[in-house]
Formats: sequence, C-alpha cells, structure tokens
Amino acid sequence: MGLLEGKHGLVLGVANKWSIAWAIARAAAEQGARLMITYQNERFQKQVQSLADTLPDARTAPCDVADEAQLEALRQTVQATIGHLDFIVHSIAYAHKDDLEGPFYPVPKDRFMATLDISAYSLVAVVRTLLPLMEGRSGSVLTMTYIGSERVMPNYNVMGIAKAALEAIVRYLAHDLGPSGIRVNAISAGPIKTLAASGIGDFSRILEIYQTRSPLRRNVTQEDVARAAVFLLSDMASAITGTVLYVDAGFHIMGV
Amino acid sequence: MQDHREIEQKVVQIIAEQLDKDPTQIRMESRFIEDLGADSLDVMQIVMNLEEAFGIQISEEDTEKIRTVGDAVQFIAQYMSRSASA
Ligand SMILES: NC(=O)c1ccc[n+]([C@@H]2O[C@H](COP(=O)([O-])OP(=O)(O)OC[C@H]3O[C@@H](n4cnc5c(N)ncnc54)[C@H](O)[C@@H]3O)[C@@H](O)[C@H]2O)c1
Repeated sequence: MGLLEGKHGLVLGVANKWSIAWAIARAAAEQGARLMITYQNERFQKQVQSLADTLPDARTAPCDVADEAQLEALRQTVQATIGHLDFIVHSIAYAHKDDLEGPFYPVPKDRFMATLDISAYSLVAVVRTLLPLMEGRSGSVLTMTYIGSERVMPNYNVMGIAKAALEAIVRYLAHDLGPSGIRVNAISAGPIKTLAASGIGDFSRILEIYQTRSPLRRNVTQEDVARAAVFLLSDMASAITGTVLYVDAGFHIMGV
Repeated sequence: MQDHREIEQKVVQIIAEQLDKDPTQIRMESRFIEDLGADSLDVMQIVMNLEEAFGIQISEEDTEKIRTVGDAVQFIAQYMSRSASA
C-alpha cells in the first residue's frame, strides 16, 4: 500500500517538467494520492495539463496566488471535485530578475512587496482559504525554502528575506493549526536547475560549489526532494510540525 | 561526438515541440521571437531542453546571444568540440 493511499492533495507550483512541485506530484501519485494540480495562468495551462494527463487521477485548475478571488474559486473547484484535502504542497516563489543579482539594497519597494507577497504571504492566504476543506483530518501542509533565508547567498537577495518570512510563517501556522491536527513544514532544498532558479545570477557556479563541498559531494535532484516531501505529507511524519527539513546533500552543516 | 547535421535535427525537433510547429517551418535563419513567435518562457524552456539533450550548460549571457535557430546550433557545435578536445 502506498504511503499516501486514500489521501487527497493540492499541489501549487507546477510550471513544467523541471518544477520541484511536479516531482512531488508524481511521487505523491505513485504513493496513491489523488491530486488537484494548479497552474499560475493560461500561459502554463497546456503544459501543466499534459503533465497531469500522465498521472492516473489528477485534475488541474488555474490559480494565481496573488488574487484572493482565484483562491476562493480554487476552494470551490476542489470542493466540487475531490471534496476534501489531506495535504497541500506550496511550491511557489517569485522575484524580479533584476533583484537576483548584485547588491540587495537597491530593491525598490514595490518589487520587495511583490516578492514577499507571492513567496511568503501566499502560504498564509492558501492555507486560510483552503482550511475548511482540511478540517477534521490530520492534514499536512508543505512549502519549499532555501538556506538563503539564514545565511547570505550572494544574488539570492530579496528572495532570502522572503524565505526567512516564509519559514517564520511555517512556525506560526504550525502553532495555530496544531490543535486541529494539521502539521506545517518546509523543505530547504539544495539548488536545482529549474525555471525559477535560472533567474538567479551565477546559478551554475552555485551548483558546482554544492557538487564539490557538500558532504555527499553531489547536487540534489527534484526526486530527492520529492521523496522527503512524501515522507512529510504522510502519516510517517505524524509528530513532525513547524520544522525545516534540509534536503541539500548536507551542505547546511558546512562552515567553508 | 555528433556531427553538425545530427545537432541541427535535434535542435529543430526540440524547438518544434516547444513551439508546437512543424519541423519544416523551422529554418536556420529563423529568429525565435520575431519569426517563430516564441515568448520569453518558450525561450527559457527551449534552452533548458537543449541543455538536457546535449548535456551542456548555456549561461544567461550565451542565451542572450542566441537569437536564431542557427545561433543555437552553432553554439552547441562549438561547445561540443571544445569539450571534446579538452
Ligand atoms: N530550484 C531551486 O534551486 C530551489 C531551491 C530551494 C527552494 N526552491 C523553491 O522551490 C519552489 C519551487 O520552485 P522551482 O525551483 O520548482 O521552480 P519553478 O519555476 O518550476 O516553480 C515556481 C512556481 O511558482 C509559480 N508561481 C510564481 N508566481 C505565482 C503566482 N503569482 N501564482 C501562482 N503560482 C506562481 C510558477 O508558476 C512556478 O510554477 C520555490 O518556492 C523555490 O523558491 C527552489
């Protein structure tokens, strides 16, 4: 029997076949989960739909997390289709490309706010809107972060600040939702070449550094992250909440 | 080591798939954005597919210089001959 047999899940953040969220969706489906997968807007609809079609029982729906009306529409769609939710995967981040290189402080206010809105606040909005569908079940919420939240990773810049907020949100949500039996966690992944990552200055050099310096002397894959995600979404992690789990080949323990 | 023709065919195939076009519509002098109607997401996904298919790295600077299908083929051929002789 699969680890997620009989569970219903919502996955936000699939853009294409390289998306971490897609690897998680695939692994969750393999473990028996029934999924609703969202895409940001029509531009992604076709490619996300054709990925979802390769899974046995996955549906898709649009959802721009900046728009509360779309979140409410998503709640209704989920309710009308798969009914309730046992887990939510939030794998979404956005920053303007110009803010992902050079010094951090020139970031203009509007772009700072937009980064925090999409990359951190959206977890709050998603959970609040969809909470009614999780009530009465031992639910699990998972988001994706990066160590640039705690340490300075040159070029990560405003996204590091957003990830620090996101990790704090994970802790406060875990406290709020714990009494309802809902767990909230984050995975801090090592660098992986994806659409989002290709906007980050000097990204191939970062991959090389992990390759040579991490304890496992390798980079992590989307599948590495997906396996840890399945664990956190499953009842195997029944007493784990409010935590950040590193899936980074051990890089976070290193000084130099 | 793949010869120029093989590289050309593979590149055209990848571009045709991403842009939903017939491979015969794609010429070496076709410009991604102006002639083939690609947007920036298409271009990024084409680049990622090329990297995967040929096992190469295409930096952002290089991406900016690749404007036509022929540019991409040229870049890959040069990259492969560089790494073959290294
Ligand atoms: N790739 C890495 O190196 C890495 C490392 C650690 C953490 N992460 C995190 O993993 C998560 C997923 O990123 P990825 O690397 O798979 O890249 P990705 O580009 O495949 O995924 C990012 C997703 O965010 C979505 N998105 C952006 N703005 C949105 C909006 N307004 N509404 C709805 N969706 C929106 C995009 O459509 C896309 O699906 C992000 O939170 C990222 O910060 C990535």
